Amino acid sequence: MDTATKEEPAFTGSVSKPHQGKPAASAVPVVSYRDVKKSYGDLEVLHGIDLDIAAGEKVALIGPSGSGKTTLGRMLMTLEEPTSGVIEVEGEPLWQMERNGKLVRANEHHLHRMRSKIGMVFQHFNLFPHMKVLRNVTEAPRKVLGLDKEEAHDRAVEMLRKVGLEDKLDVYPSKLSGGQKQRVAIARALVMRPKIMVFDEVTSALDPELVGEVLAVIKEIAEEGEMAMMLITHEMDFARDVADRVIFGADGRIVESGPPQELFGQPKSDRLKSFLSRFV
Amino acid sequence: MWDWSYAASILPRLLSALQATFIATAWGFALACTLGLVLAVLSRSRFVLVRLTVDGISEFIRRTPLLVQIFFLFYSIPLLTGISVPALTTGIIGLGLHYSTYMSQVYRSGIEGIDNGQWEAAKALNFTPVRTWSAIILPQAIPPILPIMGNYLIVMFKETPLLAAITVVELLTTAKNINARDWRPFEPYTIVGVLFLVISLIVAFLVGWLENRMKQRYTR
Ligand SMILES: Nc1ncnc2c1ncn2[C@@H]1O[C@H](COP(=O)(O)OP(=O)(O)O)[C@@H](O)[C@H]1O
Ligand SMILES: [Mg+2]
Repeated sequence: MDTATKEEPAFTGSVSKPHQGKPAASAVPVVSYRDVKKSYGDLEVLHGIDLDIAAGEKVALIGPSGSGKTTLGRMLMTLEEPTSGVIEVEGEPLWQMERNGKLVRANEHHLHRMRSKIGMVFQHFNLFPHMKVLRNVTEAPRKVLGLDKEEAHDRAVEMLRKVGLEDKLDVYPSKLSGGQKQRVAIARALVMRPKIMVFDEVTSALDPELVGEVLAVIKEIAEEGEMAMMLITHEMDFARDVADRVIFGADGRIVESGPPQELFGQPKSDRLKSFLSRFV
Repeated sequence: MWDWSYAASILPRLLSALQATFIATAWGFALACTLGLVLAVLSRSRFVLVRLTVDGISEFIRRTPLLVQIFFLFYSIPLLTGISVPALTTGIIGLGLHYSTYMSQVYRSGIEGIDNGQWEAAKALNFTPVRTWSAIILPQAIPPILPIMGNYLIVMFKETPLLAAITVVELLTTAKNINARDWRPFEPYTIVGVLFLVISLIVAFLVGWLENRMKQRYTR
């Protein structure tokens, strides 16, 4: 894997291109991983990741299971703490904060402030089963953003309309199909207006016939442009279709990275070639 | 041996003694529920020292007899604080404290039943820890344990005669006083037993109803 990484030095630490058709909002990447390592006990699962995601950029993360994709996303969502290295969000360290001129471990207050820029959609939806659909989407705007009832309601309905569920406001999640649940989860994350959203295999738990409706919704959101996306996925056609850049990771390293046409069209490493051959 | 008219004559006095029993049960239960929740939440603290302290105290209270604790409170509270607390209040504190450690176990089972994804979703939506508990975790953790909590209500109700030991005039003390006056043990003690039975059965019925209700949640 080390050889493959050396073949592609340009992809470590490089600032990526802004979203197609959009002017670069700022030169500062929305997210920047710098030599980020993660171990569970004695097992190092990420061996020093360098990755920048530009504002509004859609990055697809592909690779065999166990390669560390989920861990990478979860560290951004502050669900896992990196063992070493720095993750910056809009130029500010996520897991460290400044105190008396020194960088110290972030406290809950700092994490809370940083988290407002980050959103995540999970493989298993994680909807709140004790709340009806509308309340699932209004709860965080009200209790976290402090919006008043009408404003939260209007925002939530707008998002639920966007995911095609404006007629399901008044039912409990248990009454929905998997695809509908995931679309509610997307609306629930979207309503917080993050700068970057992590989608961690959001269609993997769905029956095959329900995958399309969820991917279509994500594609539509992607086309709106402003929000950056980290799309962890096994849907290669979707990645090709939606992503500005595709990153192939294996065994805790970024092996290859580039525009979808390049990565899927002329894969360089043997590892990626054999990985892609499983999808044809 | 059994005299119905005598039984009827002492019934009003026994029924009015039920008041103290009810008060001790209700307030003791409320205290146990509140304190139990605090213990359960603290036992999941990020700080090891908090966890160990809370678990140590709980373990100590749970593994010593309630009667000993009630005596201890009855004689030590006035000495330590200099204020004389009514016996009933002392009894309520004793009952509440003791059962809070059981209640905390019940809460914990409810909390542990919540999928980790709920905590993660709450964090991803940037809920503060307090909001996470109040809006996401507890509303899901408590309904399934309500029946178990109801059973503890019955258990506590049946434990109230212990308060007789610290001069609280509840149901059992009253029966004892009647027996001391009239030398008739059968009627008063039988009535006390029947009253406990009837009230426990009523509460048990309500708990069963609640259990069914809880099984049908979120299916509308
Ligand atoms: N909480 C954890 N404890 C121990 N090992 C873990 C944990 N989470 C993930 N891992 C390990 O880290 C590696 C990467 O996992 P993950 O990030 O889930 O990969 P992917 O999402 O690419 O399938 C795997 O070997 C996995 O077993
Ligand atoms: Mg994964």
